Amino acid sequence: MCSPSYYGIEYEINPWMSRSRQSNARRAQGQWDSLRRILNQRLSIDVHLVDPKPGLPDMVFTANAGLAWKNKFIVSNFRYEVRRGEAPHFEEWFRDRGYEILHLPQQHYFEGEGDLLKCGELCFAGYHIRSDLLAHQKVAEIIEDEILSLELTNDWFYHLDTCFCPLSKGQALFYPPAFDSYALKVLETHIPVLIPVAPEDAARFACNAIVVGKNIVMNDGCPRVREKLESLDFKVFITPLDEFIKAGGSAKCLTLIVA
Amino acid sequence: MARSTVEIAGHIIDSLILPKVLDLIINLGAEFEILEIQVGHRRADRSYARIQVEASTPELLGRVLAKIKEHGALPVEAEDQSAQLEPAPADGVFPDHFYATTNLPTWVRVKDQWIEVELPEMDCGIRVDVNALRAECVPIHRVKKDDLVVVDHGGVKILPVERRVPREAFEFMSSTVSTEQPKGLLIREIAESMNRVRRENGRILVVAGPGLVHTGASRYLADLIERDYVQVLFAGNGLAVHDIETALYGTSLGIYVDRKIRASEGHEHHLWAINTIRKAGGIRPAVEQGLIQHGIFYSCVQKGVDFVLAGSIRDDGPLPDVITDTLKAQDLMREKARGVSFALMMATTLHAIATGNLLPATVKTVCVDINPAVVTKLSDRGTFQAMGLVTDVEPFLRELCQYLVTETVGISES
Repeated sequence: MCSPSYYGIEYEINPWMSRSRQSNARRAQGQWDSLRRILNQRLSIDVHLVDPKPGLPDMVFTANAGLAWKNKFIVSNFRYEVRRGEAPHFEEWFRDRGYEILHLPQQHYFEGEGDLLKCGELCFAGYHIRSDLLAHQKVAEIIEDEILSLELTNDWFYHLDTCFCPLSKGQALFYPPAFDSYALKVLETHIPVLIPVAPEDAARFACNAIVVGKNIVMNDGCPRVREKLESLDFKVFITPLDEFIKAGGSAKCLTLIVA
Repeated sequence: MARSTVEIAGHIIDSLILPKVLDLIINLGAEFEILEIQVGHRRADRSYARIQVEASTPELLGRVLAKIKEHGALPVEAEDQSAQLEPAPADGVFPDHFYATTNLPTWVRVKDQWIEVELPEMDCGIRVDVNALRAECVPIHRVKKDDLVVVDHGGVKILPVERRVPREAFEFMSSTVSTEQPKGLLIREIAESMNRVRRENGRILVVAGPGLVHTGASRYLADLIERDYVQVLFAGNGLAVHDIETALYGTSLGIYVDRKIRASEGHEHHLWAINTIRKAGGIRPAVEQGLIQHGIFYSCVQKGVDFVLAGSIRDDGPLPDVITDTLKAQDLMREKARGVSFALMMATTLHAIATGNLLPATVKTVCVDINPAVVTKLSDRGTFQAMGLVTDVEPFLRELCQYLVTETVGISES
């Protein structure tokens, strides 16, 4: 995770962002601290921190830093110039910890775990809005596994992790209007239990949840999803993250799996 | 028809990327053929497909390729290659190895886009305005220092015209020169084409030589002009001189056109005619002063038909209207030929070839001459779209006028 010390709405690169609707630094810090506490203390997850850097307000969304896989780290090629400055800092962090650093060809955009999620053994990747399909192919070669590419069609759900949340093997939350018809077919074919999320919950980033075994951490204000998950024996931790929704991110976006 | 081969690799079967790409090609109005497909055997294996995409125009092909590229289908050839541009080293000089144009519809790739080359004309260079994303054919004498000109062949596409122009009107004329074909049918088809062009408010260009006057056919051409079948006329000094000679003296090269006898001192008539027009200050003033009262150029002035008279080294006079600077004449012909959709060339080698050089291949072109070599020559010089009719021009025009008489109904007067 990366502390929101320099977080703010300094540019607009997705429909959620509006410089006229600024985040409150204190509230953001408080919400981020609460999330970290849940992960660290309630779920016993070892949380590592990357130093935030001034002028890189979105560094807080570490999910987009790249993809950590075994002892390799595939560095993101951010689509927007304003975020490209984050990459060297994340790269440095992983290099310092002994990861082999891998770069994709510059012309292929790739925004890390934001657009690449595993559901059981299957890798799903979102493309068209932030990441390129050709980047997925390169990543597939590196991880030597199949990647099922899903076209994202709704700018409000610009990363796969904003509209798709694997719960366990063969089980996932998803927000159907974020995908094209081929992607929906691919999801239906490969995931036996697909739980659609209502628009209101999707807009509260219900799909941007952190799943740890049978525990799920998500933003507040998603009662329907919460109820559904609890009926499936998940323990749901609710924590307010609305300061980050102002930038189009929530729980999952604030974390990157490093091991 | 424009074609390109693309490749797509990866997990394209399970993720339905291949069917999506194929659907996109069809939905955008193009067609595909799968040339090769390899399906991975194990989950981690990549699959591969090589697909030929075919579209009716390079523009559409470009759109399709751009769209499917977003889904990972990439051209095999250097479809992405941009045209290479170099600045002209001086006014009137192209860069070395400049791309020499054909008269076919041409596209160049600039800033990742295929753009259509404007003013298509053979034997020119292609000048590109990178900022405006426009390209045009430019003759060598019109290029300016530092104009960006396409060099080499990369990033340039031409579209064969026979695939694009519906053959309707020229179905019958499958061979280009028609010494042994029933002329009546051909002339009828030409008449139908001219009617179609005029119904659609298209412009017809006539290019004619003095043989037209000598054979007594000028009244038919005047008739076509009067009936709005001619919007532009290109000729040399000769046609105008002899047409005016006929208007003033009833002779052409001293022979009475209606009596087939030589006039006394008739050889002086055309020189007197030239002198008369020079004295009057030109053809239009001569018509306005009432000196000329019939004939081709009388009708042109009366109907406001544009004419360009280009001079040559053997001209008598010439008439004041004749442009003796050949480059200026070419440029004016270029300007006046714009928007023409049908060209009828009769009894002239020099002006037919000169005009053929300027016309895009999409302009339907008919060449009528008693000498089959003229039509052959026109084709050999690049105006391959020209259909030839080997006949004397007077019976041709007479018959054409007859067909047009029966079909004038519904023709716009504009």
